[in-house]
Amino acid sequence: MAILVYAESQNGKFKKSSYEAVSYGRALADESNQNLVVISINSEEPKVLANYGPDKVLSIKDASLINFTAQNFANAISEYAKKEEASILVLSSTADSKYFVPLLAVKLDAGLASNVVSSPISISPLVVKRSCFTNKAFNNTTLKGSTNIICVLSNSFGVHEKQSQPEIIEVNTSAYNDNKVKVKSVDKVIGTVSIADADIVVSGGRGLKGPENWHLIEGLASTLGAATACSKPVSDMGWRPHTEHVGQTGKPVASNLYIAIGISGAIQHLAGINASKVKVVINNDSEAPFFKVADYGIIGDAFDVVPKLTEKLKAFKSQ
Amino acid sequence: MNVLVCISNVPDTTSKINFIDNDKLFDTNGVQFIINPNDEFGLTRAIWLQQKDQAIVTVVTVGDISCEPILRKCLAIGANKAVRIDYNALDGFAVAEQLKSLCEKESYDLIICGRESIDYNGGMVGGMLAQMLGFSYITNCISIDLNGNEVEAKREIDGGIETLSSSLPIVIGAQKGLVEESDLIIPNMRGIMQARQKPLDVLASVNSSVKSSVDQFEKPPVKGSVKLVDPENIDELISLLHNEAKVI
Repeated sequence: MAILVYAESQNGKFKKSSYEAVSYGRALADESNQNLVVISINSEEPKVLANYGPDKVLSIKDASLINFTAQNFANAISEYAKKEEASILVLSSTADSKYFVPLLAVKLDAGLASNVVSSPISISPLVVKRSCFTNKAFNNTTLKGSTNIICVLSNSFGVHEKQSQPEIIEVNTSAYNDNKVKVKSVDKVIGTVSIADADIVVSGGRGLKGPENWHLIEGLASTLGAATACSKPVSDMGWRPHTEHVGQTGKPVASNLYIAIGISGAIQHLAGINASKVKVVINNDSEAPFFKVADYGIIGDAFDVVPKLTEKLKAFKSQ
Repeated sequence: MNVLVCISNVPDTTSKINFIDNDKLFDTNGVQFIINPNDEFGLTRAIWLQQKDQAIVTVVTVGDISCEPILRKCLAIGANKAVRIDYNALDGFAVAEQLKSLCEKESYDLIICGRESIDYNGGMVGGMLAQMLGFSYITNCISIDLNGNEVEAKREIDGGIETLSSSLPIVIGAQKGLVEESDLIIPNMRGIMQARQKPLDVLASVNSSVKSSVDQFEKPPVKGSVKLVDPENIDELISLLHNEAKVI
């Protein structure tokens, strides 16, 4: 019996959410007196995982898993989960993990809870708290499979360092050849932070009056190393691409800091960003609903406040 | 071509979310139920296939009789027939098994689910169904083109778009972008009248394995009031974010 964590990497480097998943696995392993086994796939730095407490690392190097495909990743992880007799699997709630985890659950005949926001409420039976109604509420879910899978929401449990001396086993294979779905091409914006990976998100709404004013958002975002996002009307009017739309029918946001500029705060928008820890609103309408959910607010004109804020932050960062 | 669109009955996006019975049940009082938005994008895409390639579009939901109004709405939008599997949908795994039993009786080339429902946000049924049936699966799908058995699809990924090739039969997870919001079909009077004549079959449930249960709901803690910062004193905001919130 073991707790098994899949630590997701991209271009050989682990995502921050992977360290959070390993930290979660460590806590679970301690509470249930089991070993913590971490799987990495084509990572160049499996040793880094020793900072987060695994007992064993399976570093899989597999040419057939260089491109992500849901079926091959589900096949690989289910194979190692069976070999290690995993009782609970822990993954992060990234887009790729959420894509393949339902396949994995069927292969392992496992119970599955996604968007889990805190350490288990109880181990036996296994009860976890997850976000539901698009962050408008939480529910306690009891997982009843003989194997169970938990997907941890980003920035919810946190990264907890804990040094260990894991046995690192390198496994070289080329074993996964399902080609029901093939990747033809990937079109990624290079050099910007994606909303899913971002610690800080700067988001603009209709208050910015037009796409020509987006340099204000981009300037602030690049000063903070943040991702840019937008409200639904902005993407509907074609000012910004759909991939930036955050909210109930857009992308969910679970960043540490969310800065909303010229966004009034429709209930659907607030639902989508509610999992963010700290929210700042800049709006000239003091009645805007966003002020009810924000931690900090400035009632003022974005065209006046944002350039000043960007300048001050530049100065602050260079200190 | 046979297309199946799986539909969830969910509270309207503007609903206030409340719970009753010691926070054990969702309070449906005063809540209007709608077609899950991600499913509705998928339904419109399916109707386009019906209009262009004479596809037969079936809609299915797993639930009790209270789900029938949204199935009638799907028929009014243009689906050819509707199926309700009479089962109390409590767990994604069990719902996927109910759908599997339907899919094994009929033969669907394309199955469309929403990428996730906006109530439980599990995002699991489509992928589970694909794996149970041995079909291909593409989620977060924002475009699909069919050429005979060949499928070319686009999927939204973190920070970009991936183009994929596959073949029928396939399950896709639909979301905004598969069709635009302005493309969504609003039922007209003729559609509503026709929907009354279209078949809505009720199937008995099959045995399925429930692997999770929702025991207790909780609302997020009430937020303290916002700290306002004077627009002339932006240094204070930076100081609060650095020293108090510790996020920069």
